[in-house]
Formats: sequence, C-alpha cells, structure tokens
Amino acid sequence: MIGLPHYLLLAGVLFSIAVAGIFINRKNVILLLMCIELMLLAVNFNFVAFSRFLGILDGQVFVFFILTVAAAEAAIGLAILVVLFRKRRSINVEELDAMKG
Amino acid sequence: MLAEILFWTFSAVLVGAALGVILSRNPVHSVLYLVLCFFNAAVLWLLIQAEFLAIVLVLVYVGAVMVLFLFVVMMLDVDIVMLREGFARNAPLGALIACIMVVELSYVLWVRRLGIELPGAPAPVTEGASNTAEIGAVLYTQYAYPFQLAAIVLLIAIVAAITLTMRRRPGLKVQDIAAQVAAKAKDRVRLVSMPPEREP
Repeated sequence: MIGLPHYLLLAGVLFSIAVAGIFINRKNVILLLMCIELMLLAVNFNFVAFSRFLGILDGQVFVFFILTVAAAEAAIGLAILVVLFRKRRSINVEELDAMKG
Repeated sequence: MLAEILFWTFSAVLVGAALGVILSRNPVHSVLYLVLCFFNAAVLWLLIQAEFLAIVLVLVYVGAVMVLFLFVVMMLDVDIVMLREGFARNAPLGALIACIMVVELSYVLWVRRLGIELPGAPAPVTEGASNTAEIGAVLYTQYAYPFQLAAIVLLIAIVAAITLTMRRRPGLKVQDIAAQVAAKAKDRVRLVSMPPEREP
C-alpha cells in the first residue's frame, strides 16, 4: 500500500535533485530558474500529500496559491533574463559582477 | 495493486526526468524534461485524488509557464559550451549534498518515527463528491481575501514583466496618444465664410 511516507520521500528526492542541480549548473541562470521550479514542485507534492492523507483541504488551497506565485516569479524572472541578455549578450552568472559583490 | 504499480512507474519516470533536467547538455532538453516532470507529478496527484490541482498543473504550468520558458530558451542565443564548463568540478559536490539530504529525509521518515503515526491511506472521499467543488467552496469563502491578493500578485507580475522588457526603438513611427487626445475640433477644422462662386 502506498502511504504518506512514500509521497514524502519522493518529494524529498525531487527537492534534493533540484538542490544538486543548483550546485551543478551554477553558471546558467535558466537552469537555476528551472531548478527553483522543480523545488516548488517538490514542496507542492508535500502539501498535496499531507492534505489528502490527513483529509484537510487547506493544503490544496495553499498549493493553488504557490502555483500562482510561482507563475508570477517565472514571468518576472524570465523578463529580467531577457533584459540581461539584451544588455550583456550572456547569461553567465559569474559575469554578473557589476555590483562588486 | 494497480495503484502501486502506477505509483512506482510514474515516480521512477519523475525522478529520471528530474535528473534529465539538471544533467542534459541542451537547455531546450532541460525544459522538455521539466514538462515531463510536471506531467508525471500531475498523474501522481491524480492517484491520490487531488484532481483539480493535477489538471491545473497541466493546464497552467505546462501550458503557460513551461511554454514561456521554452520561448525564452529558444529566443536567447546561449553559448552552451561556455556555460557547461565547471560541470565536472561541481558535480561531485552537488551529488554529495543531494545524497546527504536524501539520507536525512529517509532517516526521519522511515527509521525514526518520533512516535507520530503517519496515515497509510488517503482520507476517504465521499461518493460523488467533486474535488473542484470542495476546493471552490473553501477558496471563495474562507480564502476569499488571499484569492484576491493572488489576483493582484498576478497583475503586478504582468505589469512588471511588460515594463521590464519594453524598449523604445529609435526611428520607429509611433502615435503620440496625449497629443491626439488633447486635440480640439477648432484646431483641426476651420470654417470659412465666402461668397458662392458663379459660373463664368
């Protein structure tokens, strides 16, 4: 029988893969954004699983809001990316040192 | 039994697609793997009867957000080879951290139960109840104000994205809307009184 731990572990594996992706592709901004999407999917997985297994609907409503905010984040992130590429002709994170951070 | 087979199949594809996202050489392939991820996640949500969110994930996320990603990836002419350098150097660290996180999570979930009884089966749904109707009943009553705020967040995102990417090109003929609106009829039309002309 597939229980709550199976879903939680699957979400954990997904989140860990996304974290590893951020470490591996640390130069490519598009890949970083995609890894963040993957992390949000893992978090949503937890919310949906807990909501369904405990029989409380609020988790699914929260996933709805997370999806909304994630869509807004992706739209603005990609807009910034397009502007960045137009100015610098590159999306390499290591070249973004204009603020001397 | 069928549910178990489906769960293991789709979660295996999900994890494989997630690995494809972070490991593939071409960003376009990464986006397509991410689409596969979202599809599998939607199927897994269907398996525990969260139908509304599964459909929303496919329609909104795959249909809008991932297509946006695909547009941007294809529009930008990215030097893939340059972005891939340092891959082999960073890969062991990333794999190590991922392994540590998986081990810790599985330790908490499987080994140490902390005396918390995790439910083994989903909460029973009433016969003929609609997941969409149930979410709607909560969303429009208890969560009415957060729902409005979500709409405002989306509006701000639209405005911000358009403002960021809008640019003025030199030499482009555009209308001056303010001048057009401010124009009065007497500036444009001049009525002249003149004697009627006679045929010679």
